Amino acid sequence: MNFAIFRCCPTSVLLKQYETSTDAVLARLGVGLVDIKEFNCCGQPLKNYDYKAYLLASVRNLCIAERHNLNILTVCNCCYGNLKNADHLMKQDASIREEISGILNREGLRYNGGIKIRHFLDFLYSDIGVEQIRQKAVKKLDKPNIAVHYGCHILRPREIAEFDNPEKPSKFDQLVEALGAQSTDWDAKVKCCGAPVFGVNDNLAMDITAMKVSEARKSGAQFLCVSCVYCQLQFDSVQKMIVEKRNNGVPLPSILYTQLLGLCLGVDTETLGIKENQLDAGGILDFMK
Amino acid sequence: MLFNVLLYSSLAIFILGLLYRFYTWLTWKVGLLADDITPGTRFFAVLKGALGVIFSVKIFTAVKVFVLDVMCERRILKEDLLRWLMHMMIFYGFMLLLLMHALDNYFSEPFFSNYYPTVNPFMFLRDLFGLLVIAGVAIALYRRFIMKIPRLKTDAMDKYAIIIVAVIMISGVLLEGTKILSHRVFSDMVEEYGDLEDEEEIRALESFWVAEFGVVSPNVKAPFDTDVLDQGKEIHENACADCHSKPQWAFTGYASAKILSPVALGLDKINAPLILWYIHIIACFAGLAYLPFSKMFHIIASPISLIANAVMEREKSDPANIATRQIMELDACTHCGTCSTRCSVGVTFELFNNVRILPSEKIPAIKALASGKDLGELEIRHLQEGVYMCTNCHRCTDVCPVGINLQELWFNVRETLLNRGYPEFLTLTPFSYYRGINSGRLPETQYLQPLKTARGAIEEACRSIDAKDGIVSPTKWGERAKKKLNMTSDADTFSYCFSCTTCSTVCPVANNNGNDPKKLGMVPHQMMQAVILGTPELVYRTGMLWDCLGCYECQQHCPQGVHITDIFYVLKNLAIEETTEKRSS
Repeated sequence: MNFAIFRCCPTSVLLKQYETSTDAVLARLGVGLVDIKEFNCCGQPLKNYDYKAYLLASVRNLCIAERHNLNILTVCNCCYGNLKNADHLMKQDASIREEISGILNREGLRYNGGIKIRHFLDFLYSDIGVEQIRQKAVKKLDKPNIAVHYGCHILRPREIAEFDNPEKPSKFDQLVEALGAQSTDWDAKVKCCGAPVFGVNDNLAMDITAMKVSEARKSGAQFLCVSCVYCQLQFDSVQKMIVEKRNNGVPLPSILYTQLLGLCLGVDTETLGIKENQLDAGGILDFMK
Repeated sequence: MLFNVLLYSSLAIFILGLLYRFYTWLTWKVGLLADDITPGTRFFAVLKGALGVIFSVKIFTAVKVFVLDVMCERRILKEDLLRWLMHMMIFYGFMLLLLMHALDNYFSEPFFSNYYPTVNPFMFLRDLFGLLVIAGVAIALYRRFIMKIPRLKTDAMDKYAIIIVAVIMISGVLLEGTKILSHRVFSDMVEEYGDLEDEEEIRALESFWVAEFGVVSPNVKAPFDTDVLDQGKEIHENACADCHSKPQWAFTGYASAKILSPVALGLDKINAPLILWYIHIIACFAGLAYLPFSKMFHIIASPISLIANAVMEREKSDPANIATRQIMELDACTHCGTCSTRCSVGVTFELFNNVRILPSEKIPAIKALASGKDLGELEIRHLQEGVYMCTNCHRCTDVCPVGINLQELWFNVRETLLNRGYPEFLTLTPFSYYRGINSGRLPETQYLQPLKTARGAIEEACRSIDAKDGIVSPTKWGERAKKKLNMTSDADTFSYCFSCTTCSTVCPVANNNGNDPKKLGMVPHQMMQAVILGTPELVYRTGMLWDCLGCYECQQHCPQGVHITDIFYVLKNLAIEETTEKRSS
């Protein structure tokens, strides 16, 4: 099966390990990824400024994927939500469709709404299946306590995200537990990580991140696990800034699900970029059976 | 004489131009880092840095980059095969012509004892190299003017570059063609090299050249007697053939001669070869003299940019050298447009009337800024919007064929521009994320000020609603606001709100502030009421609006199905739009 991989802009500078671990993991699962170089930003940062510009950027990606005849696979919740929302609005609203299509037609692009936007967690859960993942995991984790963090746009708004129950989701927990980890019970797992206002109101963003880290720790977690570029940046790079600025004691390392899954599929730690994480996540290796 | 005057004066302008450009590399400034560094410090830092590279293992990196990226143009090849072919043909064709043909005294003659411009292989190679350049220029024209590459901009400098190369090449080919045709040139050569006295012999040779080599003569015309041609051939082989290959080998010139042959006598009468020779050399000298001031200067600056960027690291390099490199990079830009066609937000240019959104189009403005030119408020604001509307995906830098560290350039210029104090509303969007991650590289006041300025401008624009005697008078939603509120999925659902406060209860931002309206201005359900009341200004200046995470908790929990988060996006757009309008009126 082939997908057009949608990487999310900051990964190439700030989160290279997400790219390498995604590639390694999906290759092991027999999924072909096509890097389409014409893709652009999903439009997320444009929403506050000009919603139409967001739609234009988002829909352009859909048209390009469609031209390649490939469904999109995202590894970022924000990209996922934004692309899905744009697709939804294009299908639902004739005036938006007309206006955005008019602009994109100028560069020879057509929107037909014929492709699917998939989040890789959804792909793993629905297409591969938890049981398959359990079987494919050549190595197992020895019950580390992991606080799974869903984040926002994979859950909300429900009618756009279409992934799991936004109040009481369990799919990501199951995917983590299939690897031998213990998913801890904490309510804030569905709440925002704080990233959208980091750089705009750092105190607020840091408050929210710090609150979530402390909630996760209270649940007994030894690690956070995320499936979104911005969640990881927030729990990794920004948590490191919080620890330095606010003297917040020992950090709670966050690990990407692709890294965790990669370890269990037998991918080497270098490819997974475990050492690239800003906060030392090497402790997870002590839990490898 | 005239040739020498033109040569030396254009060479003098070229050298002075080079010195001027190098001078600007040390004196112009871009970015905050460069502010306190004197040109003297920068000069010695360059020397130290260069020596440091030459006498360390980094020399291997530099050599590798020179071979792969400069000589083989690997970065262009990775991006686009057609463009690589185009540039390789123009570059190598032109350079070989320069060495073999233009500088034959200094190159061809010393290196090849049998060099003579009218003898093969040199005669054929000259035309081959010329054809390479012409084919390259044809691809350039096709790419710039026929292929519709979205957001590839062609400016006056691109046109100049294509024109100057085209004039040099076409005049060269035509010069050769008219010489092949010219009876005058034929006669001169017979006189100079032929050593022929007998009129009949000259006539026979002339007939042979007319019949075989395309000379157009006023004296003889086809058909010729075979006897005459045989005699001509014999003379040709004795007197000419050793030093002159068949003109057909000069195939581009010969082809043009064939096309021009109907008007050959007229051309010869006006001495076309001499006219074309003037056009050819004047174009060459003009190109040389103007080179340091044109985009052709990239011949010198681009290799330096590629090597400098390969051996320098942001954390370890001397800030003085970074300052110098960033000015040099502005000269290295070839305006090829790769960055703009690959930019992650370039598509928004289709919507915003601001060419500075496109990376390649920022460079000229940044150059003007670095030179100390006063750009004026509108241009500053356009450039500011352009450099801020950047997701920091690093693609422009990754794909730049001349290795310019564009992302770093945007980062530096951004801060310089923000310092001017014009509000930048993009600071209130996730475009600020990268700046936040890099806040440690900025003084704290510098970091926070632009955010305050943007919020302050919105606050200022909302003053009109400030209550007299404590009463706020509702205003009407404008037509635009009404339209926008209808734009996104059911944004007009705000009217269903009955203030149950669920949204404010689940909002993580409101919770973080202890649900204290004093800190946030208003909380979500109050804002929905303000929207219903028609007091948009109250909402625009509310802290809650700008602190909204867009996490959709409120919308998810609203029992009335109000699309609160979507409405917030519309309100933010409106606030920015209306503030911008009020400020410019």
